Amino acid sequence: MNEELINILNSIVANATPLVIAGLGETITERSGVVNLSLDGSLALSAMAGFVAALGTGSVAVGMLVAMLVGAGIAAIVAIGNIELRQDQVAIGFVLTLLCADIAQFLGQDYTGLAAITLPQINVPLLSEIPIVGPILFEHSVIVYVSYVLIFIMWLGMFHTRGGLALRAVGDKPETAFARGTRVNRQRYIYTLIGGALVGLAGAAYSLAIKPGWSNPPAMRGDGWIALAIVIFGGWHPFRVVLGAYLFAALRALSSAIQRSPDIQIPFVLLNMLPWLLMIGTLMLVSGGVIDRLLNLMPRSAQKWMRNFLRSEPPAALGTRFDADG
Amino acid sequence: MKPGLPRRIAFGVLPVVASLLITSVLILLVGSSPVEVFKTIFEGAFRNSNAFASVINFWIPLTLVSIGLTITFSAGLWNIGAEGQVIMGALFASWAARTFVLPSPIMLPLEVALAALGGALWGFVVGILRTRFGVHEIFGGVGLNAIASVFAIYLISGPWQPPEGGGAQATAPFPDYALIPDLSPELPIGLFALIILIVSIFVVYFALRGTRWGLELKATGKNPRSALLLGVPTTRVMLSAFMACGALAGIAGSYRVLFTYDSLRQGISGGIGYLGVLIVLLIGARPLWVPVISFLFAAILAGSTRLRISLQLDQSLAGILQGTLVLIVLLSNGLRQRLLERGQEKPVPPQQITTTMEMRQPTVTTAPTETAHE
Amino acid sequence: MDIALQHISKHFGAVQANQDISVSFHGGRIIGILGENGAGKSTLMKILSGFQPADSGEILVDGIPLKAGNPLAALAAGIGMLQQDPLDVPSFTIIEDFIYGQPPGRRVNGRAAFTLFRETCQRFGFDLDPDMPVSQLSIGQRQQLEIVRLLALGVKTMILDEPTTGISAEQKSVLFNALTELAHSEGLVILLVSHKLEDVIVLCDEAIVLRAGKLVGQVEMPATTAQLVSLMFGQVLAPQTRSIVPLGEPSLKLENVTLKGKRITIENFTLNIRRGEVVGLAGLDGSGQELLLRSVAGLTRLHHGAVYVNDRVMTGRAYRDFMAAGVIFSAAGRLEEGLVSGLTLTEHTALVGQGAVIQWTAERERTAARIQHFNVRGKPESRIEALSGGNQQRFLMALLPETPTLLSLEQPTRGLDVDSARYIWEQLLSRRSQGTAILFTSPDLDEVVAYSDRIIVCYSGKLFEIADASRVTIDELGRLIGGAFP
Repeated sequence: MNEELINILNSIVANATPLVIAGLGETITERSGVVNLSLDGSLALSAMAGFVAALGTGSVAVGMLVAMLVGAGIAAIVAIGNIELRQDQVAIGFVLTLLCADIAQFLGQDYTGLAAITLPQINVPLLSEIPIVGPILFEHSVIVYVSYVLIFIMWLGMFHTRGGLALRAVGDKPETAFARGTRVNRQRYIYTLIGGALVGLAGAAYSLAIKPGWSNPPAMRGDGWIALAIVIFGGWHPFRVVLGAYLFAALRALSSAIQRSPDIQIPFVLLNMLPWLLMIGTLMLVSGGVIDRLLNLMPRSAQKWMRNFLRSEPPAALGTRFDADG
Repeated sequence: MKPGLPRRIAFGVLPVVASLLITSVLILLVGSSPVEVFKTIFEGAFRNSNAFASVINFWIPLTLVSIGLTITFSAGLWNIGAEGQVIMGALFASWAARTFVLPSPIMLPLEVALAALGGALWGFVVGILRTRFGVHEIFGGVGLNAIASVFAIYLISGPWQPPEGGGAQATAPFPDYALIPDLSPELPIGLFALIILIVSIFVVYFALRGTRWGLELKATGKNPRSALLLGVPTTRVMLSAFMACGALAGIAGSYRVLFTYDSLRQGISGGIGYLGVLIVLLIGARPLWVPVISFLFAAILAGSTRLRISLQLDQSLAGILQGTLVLIVLLSNGLRQRLLERGQEKPVPPQQITTTMEMRQPTVTTAPTETAHE
Repeated sequence: MDIALQHISKHFGAVQANQDISVSFHGGRIIGILGENGAGKSTLMKILSGFQPADSGEILVDGIPLKAGNPLAALAAGIGMLQQDPLDVPSFTIIEDFIYGQPPGRRVNGRAAFTLFRETCQRFGFDLDPDMPVSQLSIGQRQQLEIVRLLALGVKTMILDEPTTGISAEQKSVLFNALTELAHSEGLVILLVSHKLEDVIVLCDEAIVLRAGKLVGQVEMPATTAQLVSLMFGQVLAPQTRSIVPLGEPSLKLENVTLKGKRITIENFTLNIRRGEVVGLAGLDGSGQELLLRSVAGLTRLHHGAVYVNDRVMTGRAYRDFMAAGVIFSAAGRLEEGLVSGLTLTEHTALVGQGAVIQWTAERERTAARIQHFNVRGKPESRIEALSGGNQQRFLMALLPETPTLLSLEQPTRGLDVDSARYIWEQLLSRRSQGTAILFTSPDLDEVVAYSDRIIVCYSGKLFEIADASRVTIDELGRLIGGAFP
């Protein structure tokens, strides 16, 4: 496999990483029944905050921490607004996404174009020497490795622990969760905050690693919406969400390669529209039940362990409130 | 004094005060003075008739879009795609301005009509994506907004570029007969557009309150399934709501391109689509209140354009003021209700608590309305 | 184990659901909790199992007071409840649902869980596949899962709320055997909430009867139906008489129709419903009745075949067209599918009216007239959700056209008290004598037998017709809905 292709694949993995992290974070949040529509603005604000903090303190670690706190803080507003104050999640999330983007632009105006400070790049010993796969997967910024670990933890936690059962119950049928001793709203707070922190981490992944620095308009604008769509496309399953993120990054890379290549003449306008057309297209695919039909075609035994992976229904209680009365 | 009045006043004033406070903190963080900033904004909006005219200039298209959004919100739909519908209206109007050579009295209505058509078409696409393909209108809207924006840039930097080149900023100015005229040199307001606006407000108000269609919208918004079983053509109702809102947004777009600017340019929609959504979130589906709040927001917008010149501050401050206001109103509504529940007061029967959200909010991930065809 | 309820009272708004109820239950017995709809049985049991707090009164478990309003405290005290709609998680597999809520120490995919599950199932003859998703189970299976789960949690008192609605005769006998063994061999207290006398007489050792929120009797079994009925109703109810109505021409025909639902297919059948005919559909949940009801009204596409209304081809037409032709569908969930919460009564009237512009005064008057005519407790400006269930159903009736061609009704008396249920049927029968055909389902076999001219039993997508409803017994019907087609 030639050098250039490997480089392209490597950059796809890198570019997908923030989407992966944000997608995983939102997956947890939505599995608990809460939609965090502020994702796009949240990414921007946490990216900016992380960058500024890192610059100010000279420490990338501090920057990442600040970004995560900002992400969690924004998510907290959504959670409190919904659970305590009984307002609609979508409304609060939408206002926040606009507001946070504006705050990021306003507070960040003096920091655009400044020299970046980034996370270290590490080539994992041994693993990065595996032919082909090594350079693609194991010669990256630290944050990429963090994302690998996250993917695994998320899958394990969701489907193989008691906590995962509680999480899924809370988002699917909170009445049952309540009757089984789970404190529904407390779980929703916790998972919304964790999800928000991960979104913040994704923001830091942009400004401190993948697309270092801060600019106006921000480099990651629009990615929050893509991440939200990827969660739906991914059927709220960590593996599929991650798959969606990588596919998306790959298609983006393909699109820029085509733009740069003198051989293939596809008008810029189409290529620029492509991410959005893709987003709409994948949502149409998922809603049309194609994936469900795929599941039904499989033999019974395969269905058993593929079922979770191929499901496309949202958590049944997504977007609703749970009021424990009595 | 009516019992509870002091509390009601407090809850009315609290959001304004809080948003001013929060914004002040942010202003301090960038090293500027809140007093200076607010003074600048106020001047930017009201210091002379020109400034005031610029407020009206924002107000007219903003109100048009927001009025349109009361229609979709009535039906429980999140028409985030209004932004793209504004762009489409602007594109169609621009095309008309570049294509037809007709005297003004014919030209203007033609352009506006085409703009309405363009916006309605774009609204229709969002609607079809939702009703036929199960794509939630928030995603459909965001995607189509971006697509419309890309398309506009393409036109400006490609087929419609000005003869001297000039990068992808704007097309060449449109001929005079195509533009909406000023009311007078001192008062650069488009009378033609103002009339359209006032008519629209009343038409929409009447449509929502006094027609069966308006009631069908309301029923569909609260319970599409029941509405269907009561004989309401819910799919048609939703599509017509998207199209009606799109048409109004499109007209707003034509105003932007035929009056505010004299050409099509990047960012022609100026965020008024999103701002309109904020406005309707704030006050619900109440057409008569829209012009009032829209005026406030337009003043903030117009005033903020001065910030860059006078204080070297980014205009996004306007969005911060507007956004925090809406957010705090939403949150304080919830707070007020919770306090009422907990407090010693007799709980007020539901009819008296006016929550701003009268309609049922759909969840983000609803599947298509039903397999039932109507 | 001994349970003592002392002076339990509970009200919901103006309704006194339980009034000063004091009663004791002892281990090793199966006790029937009898009473008509709305008598307060479910409320009492929810209080006992901790899902509702009582307004006043105490519960003693083996002499120790039970903490109120907390299902987990009740569970810790050994009291578990099988709700009418079992409380499980649809997206889980059976084994996941079994494990969720178990005390820590049993890993999610651990051997111990599987073993315990399998053993308990085998003991009672329950046939459950651990990897099956809960969403695909029938009500009977979900009940079995919940029973197994509660037993694994070590409950000593099990409350079952209307468990025999919607399960087949075969599943019922499996259930009854399990309950008998649990009580008599293991010493559990089994409380069976039911309004079905025959079930209680067959299974229970004793029964308590509630009427209008009060405890009116405690009876040892065996007792006669008459005894129990007089306790439940205060008097012996005369059966509702139905006038004989001559049946007319077929008003609705389904010809060579195949229906495909989400999980069920009904192949190639023909159905003619005549003017003035009442056809009852009986069957387990998900056997095809819902599919049939909706297809008849054009709400579900026919996979194959044609539907005619008054000899006009209506295949593939929209529901609105069916409405125009006089075919109206009414769903079981009134507020979810049929009425719009948040709209006033007048707005509902206006919604189904004609004309582009609404004349509000005229609509208000029309609403007031309907309210009077149908005896609805509510005002034109009232929001529909403020009305009680019975009144909502009456208003729903009021919205119907005067003489529809056919009414396709899903559980028309669900959740209604006796009075309202009778009223609804009065209205339906009066329309029927004017030529309206009625197609309805009900999980209550008594209702199906009492009102139908003809009964169609659905099982697994197959249809079996009983041409003369007056000739069939409840028992036979119960066997048929379990699939015992001759």
